[in-house]
Amino acid sequence: MSTTPKATHGLWALSAVRLKLFFREPGSMFWTFGFPLLVTVALGVAFRNQGQAKSPVAVVAGPGAERVRAALAGRPALSARVVDAAEATRELRTGEAALSIEAGRPGAAAPLVFRYDPSRPEALATRRLADDVLQEQAGRRDVVVARDETTVTRGGRYVDWLVPGLLGLQLLNGAMWGAAFNIVNARQRKLLKRLAATPMRRAHYLLSYRVSGLVFVPLQVLVLFLFARVTFGVVIQGSALAVLGLALLGSWAFAGLGLLCASRAQNSETANGLINLITLPMMVFSGVFFSSSRFPAVLQPAIRLLPLSAFNEALRHVANDGASIFTQGVPVAILAGWALVTSVLAVRLFRWS
Amino acid sequence: MEPAILIEGLVKRYGDLAAVDGLDLDVQRGECFGLLGPNGAGKTTTVEILEGLNEPTSGKVEVLGRSWAQEPEELRARIGVALQETRLFDRLTVEETLQTFASFYGDGAAVRVATLLAEMQLEEKRSTWVMRLSGGQRQRLAVALGLVGDPEVLFLDEPTTGLDPQSRRALWDTIEALRRRGKTVVLTTHYMDEAERLCDRIAIVDRGKRIALGTPAELIDRIGGAHLVEITTAPGLPPEALAGVRGVRQARAVGDGLALSIDEPHVALPALLARLAERRVEPTRLVSRTATLDDVFLTLTGRSLRED
Repeated sequence: MSTTPKATHGLWALSAVRLKLFFREPGSMFWTFGFPLLVTVALGVAFRNQGQAKSPVAVVAGPGAERVRAALAGRPALSARVVDAAEATRELRTGEAALSIEAGRPGAAAPLVFRYDPSRPEALATRRLADDVLQEQAGRRDVVVARDETTVTRGGRYVDWLVPGLLGLQLLNGAMWGAAFNIVNARQRKLLKRLAATPMRRAHYLLSYRVSGLVFVPLQVLVLFLFARVTFGVVIQGSALAVLGLALLGSWAFAGLGLLCASRAQNSETANGLINLITLPMMVFSGVFFSSSRFPAVLQPAIRLLPLSAFNEALRHVANDGASIFTQGVPVAILAGWALVTSVLAVRLFRWS
Repeated sequence: MEPAILIEGLVKRYGDLAAVDGLDLDVQRGECFGLLGPNGAGKTTTVEILEGLNEPTSGKVEVLGRSWAQEPEELRARIGVALQETRLFDRLTVEETLQTFASFYGDGAAVRVATLLAEMQLEEKRSTWVMRLSGGQRQRLAVALGLVGDPEVLFLDEPTTGLDPQSRRALWDTIEALRRRGKTVVLTTHYMDEAERLCDRIAIVDRGKRIALGTPAELIDRIGGAHLVEITTAPGLPPEALAGVRGVRQARAVGDGLALSIDEPHVALPALLARLAERRVEPTRLVSRTATLDDVFLTLTGRSLRED
């Protein structure tokens, strides 16, 4: 007798289905692999270190304007142009100029007027620098001689900081749009009900999303970091294995959240809303594109508890600062907690129809 | 051996609405049993309770002598299901879909994949993504998925709804072949011709209640004859005018004419024409046709099945 085909174990069969469907769906391929690379390029280019950063200064046209401009031109950190008063006001408002200077107004009490918005981080620094230049030109002498030594530290550029956050966002989106949305869609088209009518072990269906994640997550890590290395020279300072481990743990926490979203929602509109409700605040608060330390101190403990914040914190310490994974006990524990609690809740609440 | 299905006093309420309102049924092994009724009659709710996908509010439900509350795992392995309009994995091929479902059953199921592809005329489409199948092919795949575990009872919920006539007939052939092999089949439909052709016995349900039960022939007999004659005359006649015509068992007014239930057209028609001549009335239209379950439903409820 010839060999008979053997039934594959349900879990492996379902996991194979997940992988096949993923690689056959051009949309999911793009959002999972292509999109994060595009964001890396766009933001990496927009915020690249262009030698020294130059602060723009608008000098209001008038009798002393040209003298001020010439003095400031000697400083590489400043770029000064003479414009009329209305233009200077406009540039100050739009942020095109960090500072505007009006000099030598006849009959004025102060021969120099600095105008700036103190809530802009670079405005005050620009004002001090411009003031120094103009005071020195007028004859001020420094009492203490100081020398500047500047370096760009390894792993300290914006793009180095950005890439781990993008990986977190990518894993979160993968869990939400790739898994949660997919499950709700299967419920809406009654595929879940059909599966529930077979002897399929129900846990296997949910587990198949995690098993397939064991393939997707390492691929995502590899593609993103390899790309960032080739294009921007981003290097993982710590252990690559720790990065991979963190990515897997993070993906479990996000998948738990995704499953929770998907456990009851009856249609894709509801799922859409739930997913946005969860992902949008984390995109803002969890320090993907800018540091979450900018939020008030009173919010910090809550922000740190968010799964994406914990993931970004731990991953940046490992990938940017070269820290050992074993120093990241708190964020790792937060992630594990999220993974456990959300998974248990999701399985409890899950509806097959 | 216990019956394939036993239902006693089944009730399913959704708030104030009783989708199933005290239903009794039994389905014997090897029987093809039809649940017939308009949309919203409670057919799908009943079948989903039988499939273990919905829970009854009250009443007794046994499938293969077992209850869903006690042995869900075992029952799932012994029944097969084709839900009403399930959409499967779009980008999986026909064969992959069958193999995936086969993996949920024992080792024997994987062997059946090849046989089922042939039986359901899906061999040519084995490598086609499910999203690229026609409606008829999709339904045949749904039936194949119901059969992959070699079930003792197969449930088909509205298997031919939305199919073109040719695909319907192809699916009927498939179901008839299953019936000949002695498979127990429970199917719901709101098509009379489908129930008439495929089922050994039929329960007609309306508003959650069973209003008739029997073989197609028995049910048709209940309206007083296997044939219907629709006749319009000039001038018009009241139904009483045809009382006592030989072979006419019942006459009632329908539209601007009359509908007559008769057993034997060759006896009734000459007598009918003789009566018309006697009354000096000309027939302007006369149609004789076989009575259908639709006529049964109309007689029982005063509504047509198609009013959905």
